[in-house]
Amino acid sequence: MSVVLRTAGLGKHFGGIRAVNAVSLDFIQGERHAIIGPNGAGKTTLINLLTGVLRPSEGEVFLGGERITRLRPDQRVRRGLARTYQINSLFPELTVLQSVLLPICERHGVSTKAWRRLDGCILEIEAAREILKTLNLDPVEGKLVRELAYGQQRLVEIALALACKPRVLLLDEPAAGVPRGESEALFRAIAGLPDGVTVLFIEHDMDLVFRFAQRITVLVAGSILVEGTPQEIARDPNVKQVYLGNTQ
Amino acid sequence: MSPPFPFRSPVRSRVAEIVLWLVLAAGFWLWPAYLALWSQILIAGLFALSYDLVLGYAGIVSLGHAAYFGVGAYAAGVLSRHGWGEPFSGLLLAAFCAGVTGFLTSFLVVRGRDLTRLMVTTGIGLLLYELANRLPDITGGNDGLIGMEMSPVLGVFRFDMYGRTAYGYSLAVTFVLFLLMRRLVHSPFGLSLRGIRDNPGRMLALGYPVHRRLIAAYTLAAVYAGVAGALLAQTTQFVGTDVLSFNRSAEVMVMLIVGGTGMLYGGLVGAAVFMLAHHYLSDLNAVYWQFWLGAFLIAIVMFGRDGVLGASLRLSRAFSRRPTGSS
Amino acid sequence: MLTSFLGVLFDGLAYGMLLFLISVGLSVTLGLMNFINLAHGAFGMLGGYVCVLALQSWGLPYFVMLPAVFVISALAGLVCERVLYRHLYRRSHLDQVLATIGLTFMSIAAATYFFGPLQQPLQVPKFLSGQVSVLGVDLNIYRGFLLAVGVALTIVLTLALEKTRFGASVRASVDKPRVAEGLGIRVGLVFQITFAVGCGLAGLGGALGVQVLGLDPVFPLKFIVYFLLVVAVGGTSSLKGPLYAALLLGVIDVAGKYYVPQIGAFIIYAMMIVLLVIRPHGLVSRQ
Repeated sequence: MSVVLRTAGLGKHFGGIRAVNAVSLDFIQGERHAIIGPNGAGKTTLINLLTGVLRPSEGEVFLGGERITRLRPDQRVRRGLARTYQINSLFPELTVLQSVLLPICERHGVSTKAWRRLDGCILEIEAAREILKTLNLDPVEGKLVRELAYGQQRLVEIALALACKPRVLLLDEPAAGVPRGESEALFRAIAGLPDGVTVLFIEHDMDLVFRFAQRITVLVAGSILVEGTPQEIARDPNVKQVYLGNTQ
Repeated sequence: MSPPFPFRSPVRSRVAEIVLWLVLAAGFWLWPAYLALWSQILIAGLFALSYDLVLGYAGIVSLGHAAYFGVGAYAAGVLSRHGWGEPFSGLLLAAFCAGVTGFLTSFLVVRGRDLTRLMVTTGIGLLLYELANRLPDITGGNDGLIGMEMSPVLGVFRFDMYGRTAYGYSLAVTFVLFLLMRRLVHSPFGLSLRGIRDNPGRMLALGYPVHRRLIAAYTLAAVYAGVAGALLAQTTQFVGTDVLSFNRSAEVMVMLIVGGTGMLYGGLVGAAVFMLAHHYLSDLNAVYWQFWLGAFLIAIVMFGRDGVLGASLRLSRAFSRRPTGSS
Repeated sequence: MLTSFLGVLFDGLAYGMLLFLISVGLSVTLGLMNFINLAHGAFGMLGGYVCVLALQSWGLPYFVMLPAVFVISALAGLVCERVLYRHLYRRSHLDQVLATIGLTFMSIAAATYFFGPLQQPLQVPKFLSGQVSVLGVDLNIYRGFLLAVGVALTIVLTLALEKTRFGASVRASVDKPRVAEGLGIRVGLVFQITFAVGCGLAGLGGALGVQVLGLDPVFPLKFIVYFLLVVAVGGTSSLKGPLYAALLLGVIDVAGKYYVPQIGAFIIYAMMIVLLVIRPHGLVSRQ
């Protein structure tokens, strides 16, 4: 049971606002860990700190024992940390297959080849097709991303992150904006994520949280309120107050 | 099923490409009195191709690309003026000098947002323009660089008065460089450039060292621009400071937009349209030309952003309806 | 040495003040609507030509001409905003650059058509010409006038921004347009008015600057780099930023041309590049 991702006293201030306040977390390899909390609790900021988009005001981040606090986002990806976005951040003018090829080509060291033909990269195309298959996206591999339904685009988000072959996968509200009818495909995708990969997800959708999470951390106003198994969290009076206090 | 290309139906587009180059090659018979004009169109098309790499594929809005064109022109010019008139060496030297300049300046350009990049590229162009003006011993200053003596191409083809050698030479060089660029655009590197153009933040989150790739693309674009500049110098045997001017940078932007970005041949189409229009309308008042050019630019922005080539492609697709997703 | 230095400083500050007056509208346009307006110099040019017309053809007195220029330039800005600019706010920066370059070309062609390609030979009005000796330094009266007008307008602008309700709306809209909209501030209207005022100021700057900056049809292209420089280096989140940047630019330019004329504009461009690389968000920025 090794700790694959660890934060120590991680914090971020914007002027007088403490978006994230001395957060220390351990994530065990292979676990499914949800981070929940009311709006503005600092969840997306936390993900941005973990991925390197934001520089922390204090604290450290460790990936597999290595200190990655000073590394750029692309350097962290190469060490096995991938993310998805709350609002789709895709390549509208590329096809689904081309999009998923991007991280694979980079990983295989092929993306600097200017002489090789793209359709001659058999290995990479096969790897891309495998990932698309697990997400049932193979029928639309030739469609432009902007032509897909929102739910399918959300799956492409996940496909992109999976194509980075991460050790740790950060999902930022994967169910956000997905209409009820399309959420089954999403649930299946999350259930089908490889066992060896550690999955962190931020979510508001309690259905998803209680279905998949093995442990839950509750973040309020930038600090950890409580941490535990889903059963413990569901019974915790403080959590109830935080959520009942915010009328839906 | 193979991944789709930038063109939806590669077979048709390949035929169109071959026809294009055949027509250009037939120029000796199709427009023998206008070879000089068409050499300039090819050179401008090559310059616009280099700018397409910067703007259409890497997404950098630059108004200083003429800097590299000019460096290449002066490199070839100075080499020839100092006694070494072999044309291909001039091209190589120009490619090298422009590439080095592009590489060194790329660090300034790949960071920052649109306005910053616009300013920095404009500044670089203006700076080099000032430099050229103030080093008349090297560049001939305001009067321009004269006294270039070009040796025959491959030792056989003399640069003649009718512009035949110039045309054949420009055509050959442009063709080869287009082929190379075509290869690049269809490669994994080309795909990554399109990714960077569409969503640089996401590319970082996919593990791409975005800045490094932009530096590579920008440097290559500078090399291409430099070769175009050298061709201009060698075929006209003159280099004026206008090769570095803001006007030339703005002009290449106009040509590329008129033709259409990100489609490989947009620059060439735009250069042809622009220069032919200018040639036939220049008899009219120059003021009218500038006025209507400005109005045309606004019209393009408002109504048809993918230019002449883009509009043609859309039309041809509309005329032959195929199931979507075919390749 | 010192006296010439003070003289250069004085001239430089006056020059910078002119640049500030013309550029402040550009700063607001960029800060408020994230719109790159390369045609901004055209409004300055318009002001210059209206000034020439007003003084030479219409026979207006000098201090009637100045507000007239302001009003006419502001109106021109309003028209351009309604007809063209408002369709471009959501477009990419490239589209904005292209469209405003197109507008610039059209304005240059129109100016050449109506006024010819040469510089306008306008003299400084008699009552503002000449030198005055202050503490042993010969100061140009017209430059002093420019400085005075500039300072006065800056004070007016700052007061308007900080003390009036409209000013508060502008500041809120620059800061967070969506939130401002949600608070009931009509950001579109705010922008229209500020854009018009910016164009009016640009025209005024152009009119005041005919003798200092020169006036010919290529004015918008010649000076757009300077205006953009002021905005890029000075940032868009305050008035102070562009003011300092403009004054700095004015002094460096005049001093450069005086002390090292061979290098001239070279220094400006090099400095701009350096500054932009070090501080891509401007000298005075909130980031």
